Amino acid sequence: MSAEMNEPIEDVEAFRLRARAWIGENMGPPQRGDLVRYYPDDAEELAAVTRDRGLQRRLYDGGFAGICFPRAYGGLGLTPAHQRAFNEELAGREFPSRLTVPTFTPCAAVLLDFGTEEQKLRHIPAILRGDEIWCQLLSEPGGGSDVAGATTSAVQDGDHWVINGSKVWTSGAWWGDYALCLARTNWHVSKHQGLTVFIVKLHQPGLEIGRIERLDGSTESCQEFLTDVRVPDSDRVGDVNEGWVVGTRWMFHERVGHNSPLVTMAAGAFRGGSGEPYVVRIAREGGQLDDPRTRDLIGEARTLDLVGRHLLRRLALGVPSGKLSEHSPAVGRLFGGIAAVRQSTIAFEIAGGAAGTWAEDDGATADVGMRFLMRQAACMGGGTTEISRNVIAERMLGMPREPSMDRNVAFRDVPRGPRQTATTEA
Amino acid sequence: MLLVLSPDQDLFRDTTVRLLADRAPLSRLRQLQTDPAGYEPGYWTAGAELGWTSLLVSEADGGGNLSGDGLVDLSIVAYEFGRHAAPGPLVDTSVVASALSRHDGEALKAALGEILSGAAAACCMGVTPWQPNRPATIDIRRDGDQLVINGTARPVESAGQAQYLLVTGNAAEGPTQVLTPKAAPGITIRPLKSLDVTRRFAEVVFQDVRVPATAFVGAYGGAADEVARQAQVAAVLLAAESVGAMEAAFAMTVQWAFDRYSFGRPLASYQALKHRFADMKSWLEASHAISDAAAAAVSANAADAAELVSAAKAYIGEYGVELAQDCVQLHGGIGVTAEHDLHFFLRRITLDRTLYGTPGDHRQRLADMAVGREKAA
Ligand SMILES: Cc1cc2nc3c(=O)[nH]c(=O)nc-3n(C[C@H](O)[C@H](O)[C@H](O)COP(=O)(O)OP(=O)(O)OC[C@H]3O[C@@H](n4cnc5c(N)ncnc54)[C@H](O)[C@@H]3O)c2cc1C
Repeated sequence: MSAEMNEPIEDVEAFRLRARAWIGENMGPPQRGDLVRYYPDDAEELAAVTRDRGLQRRLYDGGFAGICFPRAYGGLGLTPAHQRAFNEELAGREFPSRLTVPTFTPCAAVLLDFGTEEQKLRHIPAILRGDEIWCQLLSEPGGGSDVAGATTSAVQDGDHWVINGSKVWTSGAWWGDYALCLARTNWHVSKHQGLTVFIVKLHQPGLEIGRIERLDGSTESCQEFLTDVRVPDSDRVGDVNEGWVVGTRWMFHERVGHNSPLVTMAAGAFRGGSGEPYVVRIAREGGQLDDPRTRDLIGEARTLDLVGRHLLRRLALGVPSGKLSEHSPAVGRLFGGIAAVRQSTIAFEIAGGAAGTWAEDDGATADVGMRFLMRQAACMGGGTTEISRNVIAERMLGMPREPSMDRNVAFRDVPRGPRQTATTEA
Repeated sequence: MLLVLSPDQDLFRDTTVRLLADRAPLSRLRQLQTDPAGYEPGYWTAGAELGWTSLLVSEADGGGNLSGDGLVDLSIVAYEFGRHAAPGPLVDTSVVASALSRHDGEALKAALGEILSGAAAACCMGVTPWQPNRPATIDIRRDGDQLVINGTARPVESAGQAQYLLVTGNAAEGPTQVLTPKAAPGITIRPLKSLDVTRRFAEVVFQDVRVPATAFVGAYGGAADEVARQAQVAAVLLAAESVGAMEAAFAMTVQWAFDRYSFGRPLASYQALKHRFADMKSWLEASHAISDAAAAAVSANAADAAELVSAAKAYIGEYGVELAQDCVQLHGGIGVTAEHDLHFFLRRITLDRTLYGTPGDHRQRLADMAVGREKAA
């Protein structure tokens, strides 16, 4: 620790030049699987996952993994400015796109905030090496927005916990390794008082993973059924029944998402692609580059891109320095969701009649229709835009909270919908 | 508005705010609505003393800035102008001052001195490279050692108050800029009606106006780059100003939502309205971000300056107006009256949207740049 503090930190521009040289030699162009999340078969998807693990390993071996992670856990101990420089140098290159979210943030971020020394030493270096992919066991069949309303239960049994219940929408659980799991450990106190967070190994007895087919054919989303899953107490994150203290930070890290200084990704390459040159490509393929209406739409997509990028920069600068409210990431999440939705619509509009039916070899235009069908996912995953609006109005602007039926009541007595199958413990 | 101000910038902002609150509060602006200048005597020179006119001018010419990025410093003033719906020829005078500082010539420097002190105001016209459908309407031709100017320009901000006009016109050799005193024979100024009650606009008609051929700003027929630069400066200032006006309208409306009750509850307790406030907050933060990014890029002459300026004008032009109109809606009936102060900001934002390129004009430019890159790649 003291050695780390005494050593001067490498100058950002020197770091950038070193990164540029290394990236030039080691990171190739992106491949189809880096941008599109739809796979005709599992083997191909697994190959893409393996490739991502390899890319992460390459970063690690090259000395560029975990730029903002403490050196004690295998990171470089550098600053967000270094991470940003690296991401800028990585623009237009391949990177481990499946590890950004949720492995690096929120999962690794939560471990750094709340994990025990032993947990951090065990998992953070493994994450940086690409050996561990993490998922979030958060949303449940009974509801995802009301995260603290989790009904998956954990009961202590000696130095273990026994978990029962179901989680859903877990991206990548079938090829992931570990997950953070939010569970209820006390039903006799109010909602926020009886939660605890655990580290759960995804592939183990009692944990059954089902697949959910999305509109675009992807089966990355999973549903887990947990039946008497045993977790040692040493895999508990934070204190017993203090899970919402962890959960609050967890939600924060989730809303920061790809804008986190813990995340390595090529600047401008958001998983599904950005408004440009994607929309320009769609226009070119359709022979619409000179159509005035199309030009207006391209200009709009480009505006949203540039504004979104600078909004994220403003948030990345303003939140840590205290100049902006700690709840401001909700602004970035809301803007990002709405902008992505608009960009899907713009691409769909530009593609025109070519968006509804296609052949596999139609180029970028072949994906436009499916992306449009899946448009709203951008306003759901990572917490919905409605919930972000609640956070902005209530936490940032100080407006009155919505009335709710679950405050100051024992959680077991909170009204639940018919789909919520509570495995209430005595 | 910048997240982090240096101590110098902070102090400068503070003195600017105090001057505006003192000399141009909204109560006073209401009384000055029909005044030809829109501000009281002494206001502009007091601002010039604070430094409003000198930030884009080199030290050699008697100017100077605070941070090394004069345009970023000036965007702080523009932001406060928006937040206070302040009057005065800030945008045009700044554009002209920066142009004069970049060029040599005795007459130009003399005019610059007057502008710096606030004794003279200036306006510029014909700088509309972003409106391809509205071709330049002024012609400049050489006649011996004189230039002859003919044509009409509108809208020209503060033409009535200005002593100097920076004219952009077409010469046979290409775009040309000349500085002319407004007193030159053949110039007619006709005031225009405008949406904004705090600023003044006019139409300027040139009829065989003759100026000495030494009055060029830049090269005869070679002003294209200079004009583009001026337009960027103007757009940055208008964007910052609109963000300030958005901030004021939003703050006012949030407060109203807490104070106004309906069905026994404050408006701020209705989720349908809370969500609209959240949307507005995201537009506002996004506008701050892109406005600051554009100011920094133009100030530094960065490669992406043109793109960021157009993104700022396109985004703020569109969402600024949406925000202001939503603020009107959330006020209810009082929102569409002149009694409430909200209209000052609605007017400012709405008019700014139409100046130096509409959102549609700027989307076209962004598309040109994006497609150009694609074709080049
Ligand atoms: C692509 C994708 C990936 C995902 N990955 C994961 C993952 O890895 N792990 C995981 O745990 N979850 C994941 N999710 C789940 C996601 O977090 C939830 O879908 C989301 O939180 C909403 O929960 P829900 O689907 O249960 O909808 P509900 O909570 O039932 O909400 C239904 C609708 O009501 C609105 N609503 C609910 N409450 C309020 C309120 N108080 N005020 C206003 N409106 C409200 C919601 O915004 C939504 O529109 C993912 C989702 C998607 C689409």
